Amino acid sequence: MLIYFFRRLALTIPTFVALMFVTFAAIRLVPGDPVEVRVGEHGISPERLAFFRHQLGLDQPLWKQFLDYCWQILHGDFGVSLSTQAKVLTEFFTLFPATIELTFFAMMFAVLIGVPAGAAAAVNRGGIFDQVLMSISLFGYSMPIFWWGLMLIMFVSVQLGWTPVSGRVDLINYYYDTPTGFMLIDAALSDQPGAVWDALHHLILPAIVLGTVPLGVIARMTRSSMLEVLSEDYVRTARAKGLSPFRVIGLHALRNALLPVVTVIGLSVSSLLAGAVLTETIFSWPGIGHWLIDSINRRDYPALQGGVMLVSTVVILVNLFVDVFYGAINPRIRHGR
Amino acid sequence: MGADVTIAVTPDESRRVLAEPSPLAAFWSAFRENRGAMIGLTIVTIVVLAAVFADFLAPHSPIEQFRDAVRAKPVWDGGTWRFPFGTDGEGRDMLSILIYGGRVSLFIGVSVMSVSFVVGVMLGLVAAMAGTIADVAITRVMDLIMAVPSLVLAILVVAILGPSLTNTIVAVTIVYTPRYVRLVRASALGELSKDYVTAARTAGVGPLRLALSTILPNCLAPLIVQAALGVSDAILEAAGLGFLGLGAQPPTPEWGAALADSREFIRSDPWIVALPGLAILITVVAINLTGDGLRDALDPKMRRS
Repeated sequence: MLIYFFRRLALTIPTFVALMFVTFAAIRLVPGDPVEVRVGEHGISPERLAFFRHQLGLDQPLWKQFLDYCWQILHGDFGVSLSTQAKVLTEFFTLFPATIELTFFAMMFAVLIGVPAGAAAAVNRGGIFDQVLMSISLFGYSMPIFWWGLMLIMFVSVQLGWTPVSGRVDLINYYYDTPTGFMLIDAALSDQPGAVWDALHHLILPAIVLGTVPLGVIARMTRSSMLEVLSEDYVRTARAKGLSPFRVIGLHALRNALLPVVTVIGLSVSSLLAGAVLTETIFSWPGIGHWLIDSINRRDYPALQGGVMLVSTVVILVNLFVDVFYGAINPRIRHGR
Repeated sequence: MGADVTIAVTPDESRRVLAEPSPLAAFWSAFRENRGAMIGLTIVTIVVLAAVFADFLAPHSPIEQFRDAVRAKPVWDGGTWRFPFGTDGEGRDMLSILIYGGRVSLFIGVSVMSVSFVVGVMLGLVAAMAGTIADVAITRVMDLIMAVPSLVLAILVVAILGPSLTNTIVAVTIVYTPRYVRLVRASALGELSKDYVTAARTAGVGPLRLALSTILPNCLAPLIVQAALGVSDAILEAAGLGFLGLGAQPPTPEWGAALADSREFIRSDPWIVALPGLAILITVVAINLTGDGLRDALDPKMRRS
């Protein structure tokens, strides 16, 4: 198991190096003078230009610049944002809890509805429920979520007035410290009556929007995986033993059917983060996606560079974790390679 | 008399049953049975025809601004037939924007699909057949592309190249190429160990011909399905970029951009926001339905389930 883990870890190193190379090259490919791109000033005097050129190490040969860049990243230095002058890493960790909170609840929404619905559809294969559910799932994973978000805001927030339109907290009525960055936890710690309910209220619509595509995918995956498992011999044995249908489906079939579904859930972190960019933009959710779009609109290339590097590192690490976890629960994978 | 007819018909019938149906005919008869797939294909055909004949079908130019009729109501909301779907905040005819927007979206979807398909097939075959170094290099690069969330990667590409229709296509193509590479590599590796490949090799078939005319046709079924679904994903991705203002630039009539332009009117005139998104949703659902039908028809194992 440990050997498998280290082999898998070693495989991510070249990916990580390539990622550093791409982000290093990307900022050099941005049109315009490299100093201006990085300092954000235009028409600066030759003396300042020379000063920054030296300060940023742009007078060094390229290979040296790249090694310096790698060295900085390995020491946790992801550059400084032009617009806020704050360290990119600090900004990232300030905003990341908001994105984690959003994606976590989106995933909960997708799994808690998608898995039972998919399993039920498989059991009633061909029935009305199955057909309706598969149609909903088709619309779910075909959904342009930026439109879906706007439509939900229009109906649920504007017309019905059930949920707030944007943000994470009602700043007029609630003000509390955010030591963890997770609004629900901070609200619970704040002792302000109704704060948790308020935070939950803000969270619910964005989570539904972001969870819609994964919900469609998970319901479909669970259904087809369940269909396969239901025709296995051990399910027939369990039925023949006289176990109740609930035990057969819930304990024997579903547990085995969930194996591929778990992998899909783990590997969908990348697409969830992509969806978070759109969801956070629509709901003005102060997370990583919102920040990346802000950075590009402000031409804050250092923040964009550091942000892409950090987001991708998170995805690489999560995929590594999923693979190792999958290897741990499924020995065939571990020994297969 | 009746007996004569029966005798005359029977040989005909039996001949038709015994005749081996061509692969295309077999595929079509399986596809046709699938109601969802047929609905999808019909809608896709309508969207394609509307896009091709946009110049004749659209009542107005998608960029002409009717200053006398800004945000005109659609016909079901008390509007006139001059603008059946109303007009947007600049007085442009919504129906024309939707029709021409279909042209833009389909163009994006099909160009992304064709380029990533061709590049993906070539890289996948090279990775599977050209030895360890090429394999490791290609696989690592694809892993890297897959590690960056699709929209973030597209944003990075657009940040470098600048926002435009062409650069949207470039960005989304880069995002979707790894799928084909992985698929081709995996199925080519599976085929390589089979006897017919060994036989072809023994017969002296060169590597290029082995790759393209011996192995590739046997990997095609999943590729075709992936290509169909790839069109809808590319349309969604490009619309997302357009919505963020990083895709096609105004006045290009693009669905995502049209939706973003009208965001401010969501309270007063919701249909301006609703219609472009509905167009995206319907198109994507139709393509996905067709793609599912393709898979079921091409893969007999799936067909029976």
